[in-house]
Amino acid sequence: MKKILSGNEAVARGVYEASVHYASAYPGTPSTEILQNISTHDEIIAEWASNEKVALETVIGASIAGGRSFASMKHVGVNVAADPLFTFAYTGVTGGCVLVTADEPGMHSSQNEQDNRNYAKFAKIPMMEPSNSQESKDMIVDAYELSEEYNSVVLFRMTTRVCHSKGIVEFGNRKEVKLIPYEKKFDKYVAVPAIGRKLRHKVEERINRLKVYSETSKWNYEVDNNSTTGVISSGISYEYAKEAFGETVSYLKLGFTYPLPSKLISDFCDKYDKIFIIEENDPYIEDFVKILGKECIGKDLFPYTGEMTPDVIKKYALSQNLDGIELDEDLFVGRPPTFCSGCPHRGFFYELGKKRKQIIVAGDIGCYSLAVGEPYNMMDWLICMGASLSSGHGAQKILDLDPNNKKRIVSILGDSTFFHTGINSLINTVYNGGNTINVILDNRTTGMTGQQDNPGSGFKLQGDYSTILDIEAMVKAIGIKHVRRINPNDLELVKETINWALELDEASVIITDWPCVLKKKYREEDFGLYNDMWKTKDIVIEDKCTGCKICLKSGCPSLIFDPENKKVIIDSNTCVGCDVCLQICPFDAIVKEGLDE
Amino acid sequence: MSNSIKFVGVGGQGTILAAKIMCAVLINAGYDVKMSEIHGMSQRNGSVSSEVRYGEKVYSPVIEKGSADILISFEQMEAARNMDYLKKGGILIVNNHKINSMITLNGKTPYPKNIIESIRGKAKTYIIDAQKYANELGNVKVVNLIMLGALSKILDSRHLDWEKAIKESVKPRFLDINLKAFSIGISQV
Ligand SMILES: Cc1ncc(C[n+]2csc(CCOP(=O)(O)OP(=O)(O)O)c2C)c(N)n1
Repeated sequence: MKKILSGNEAVARGVYEASVHYASAYPGTPSTEILQNISTHDEIIAEWASNEKVALETVIGASIAGGRSFASMKHVGVNVAADPLFTFAYTGVTGGCVLVTADEPGMHSSQNEQDNRNYAKFAKIPMMEPSNSQESKDMIVDAYELSEEYNSVVLFRMTTRVCHSKGIVEFGNRKEVKLIPYEKKFDKYVAVPAIGRKLRHKVEERINRLKVYSETSKWNYEVDNNSTTGVISSGISYEYAKEAFGETVSYLKLGFTYPLPSKLISDFCDKYDKIFIIEENDPYIEDFVKILGKECIGKDLFPYTGEMTPDVIKKYALSQNLDGIELDEDLFVGRPPTFCSGCPHRGFFYELGKKRKQIIVAGDIGCYSLAVGEPYNMMDWLICMGASLSSGHGAQKILDLDPNNKKRIVSILGDSTFFHTGINSLINTVYNGGNTINVILDNRTTGMTGQQDNPGSGFKLQGDYSTILDIEAMVKAIGIKHVRRINPNDLELVKETINWALELDEASVIITDWPCVLKKKYREEDFGLYNDMWKTKDIVIEDKCTGCKICLKSGCPSLIFDPENKKVIIDSNTCVGCDVCLQICPFDAIVKEGLDE
Repeated sequence: MSNSIKFVGVGGQGTILAAKIMCAVLINAGYDVKMSEIHGMSQRNGSVSSEVRYGEKVYSPVIEKGSADILISFEQMEAARNMDYLKKGGILIVNNHKINSMITLNGKTPYPKNIIESIRGKAKTYIIDAQKYANELGNVKVVNLIMLGALSKILDSRHLDWEKAIKESVKPRFLDINLKAFSIGISQV
């Protein structure tokens, strides 16, 4: 059978064909859809983990217990999972294990552009890099064979364009793989120093065996086009190179990229007058080629950042510029992403932003990161998931060294981010006597990455109900004395609560409690909690609207200012009746539909 | 030789579905096809795009600046924003419709005037009143199928099995209205 699949869907298919028993992940663009697609197969246990470290650890346990296991995450997620990864690299596996890292050259939706190929070398584990959807499926199946044969987790490196582009995939058959009965293996899995020292030698032996494998791996091959120029490439860059150079050059296509094949590369370099290395992000292949003592053209010529799309290759290697149709730039203005109509983050940021000069906002990663932009401009920094609470604590300690300090840190994160790594940070704040204001925007879902379920949403990935983590009880258990849980759409309450927190000189937690408009699944009891959720609409009474535009400060995309008659209208197709604008309007010109008589 | 069609619009307009149907039709017709899209913020009222490339053999899934044969835009300003992707001599198909962005919403920066007039002379342009006809059909969501209908005609691809691909891509209860929308699109060119 043939189907058009994205790289992510193809990986999921491969995982199914390889008879993987257990899969875990934490969402993150561009990796998220992998586990979502895996979860459609009843044969596989698929679970959202609370963070990437947890995901990898559950998968390690599954492998030790004798199952084939799988984890996927975005590139920065591997940083979170790095601790277990580096020791799992020593112990090796029982059931085969693959870890997908989804990197983001060009940073389409990420905070950095780290090249996770370096992790393979760093952790001393084999690595594969598919170039397209077909390879994404086929290589996964093979990765499990390699993992079991060479006794190692395999790092499977994808990039945004491999994950999210679709291509035609020829399916294979599912090969039934039995569980390996559990046996205690003290010398393999108990990584105390005495055993670690022994394992260290095994790792070296493994790398040496893999070096031999790499020379003849079917994923590393030459395409001889009888040319004078040779191109060495891997991943999506190989497809770009083929598009740009066609058959005017010969290729060394590398799919098994740690350890790299020295002899294959040396021999290839010797055959051609000129060698181009086409790769995104770091000079990973290039450095290796240079260590082999071969001349090549890489980052000296090509940009060190961004994607190596065919236009980039043509521009730098062939001095060809593709001219598009030019247009006056004033024919378009930006269209940045915004909080959705009815987003529960809106009310909170609207109130927080009002004349509160003493506030410094320690931000975090989630939909609420959109508050960095117009009309809120509400974030002083944003580092990584969970960092709001801890970086806020450190900053407040420094600010408070000034005896006259009036500045207060407000640390803000979402529910999923709180479960991810925020909890540790909050424990630290309490333990060290911090006095920050900590806001948990609980919208009952992992919004930014597409509404995945999480420990607070009420559902597991494969559909069943789950325990709903009680954030309020947990925060109190940690030792926070001042906790309030509020409806963020009630602006008076939000204002009063922020003022309450500002008056305290101990750490406080504000939990805003209202679901994401895009949350997909609800439990019966949820409807009791959130009155008239999304059932109403707000409208503008035209005569009363003075055109003052104050409501537009809410940043709601349903509010449209008509420059002709100088009044605001509410788009009834998108308004869900959150009432934030209604409360903001100083002239009572906005009312609930049906109550306007 | 491969062909490149870039679909652009605003999150929620159904550009991705239109591109998917296009892909299905091309695959059934025996082409090698690649499609690329950047996910992420698409549900948050931001600009979105999907790219379809097809031919005997396709390598790169992305369309670079100056290399789209056809730019099909579901919104006026997005057409202007993406004109530089169109190759010289390429074709523009644009939905005659404006959607404000957060920046134009507050009235400080106006939505640019005369977009259609300005782009018309730059490429062979088809202006489709998709929004109007979708409203007449009673469902704005079918703008994408109207645009796709127009595209199918412009591509001279009426002999391909569009109906099958549409059937496989939309919910059964919306099939009728989508097929209607598709044929309205055809009649607009
Ligand atoms: C280590 C790491 N893992 C995953 C991501 C991807 N990511 C960005 S925001 C986000 C979820 C945010 O969810 P939540 O905190 O609930 O906020 P919401 O978007 O719902 O407002 C995720 C998973 C990331 N940036 N970093």
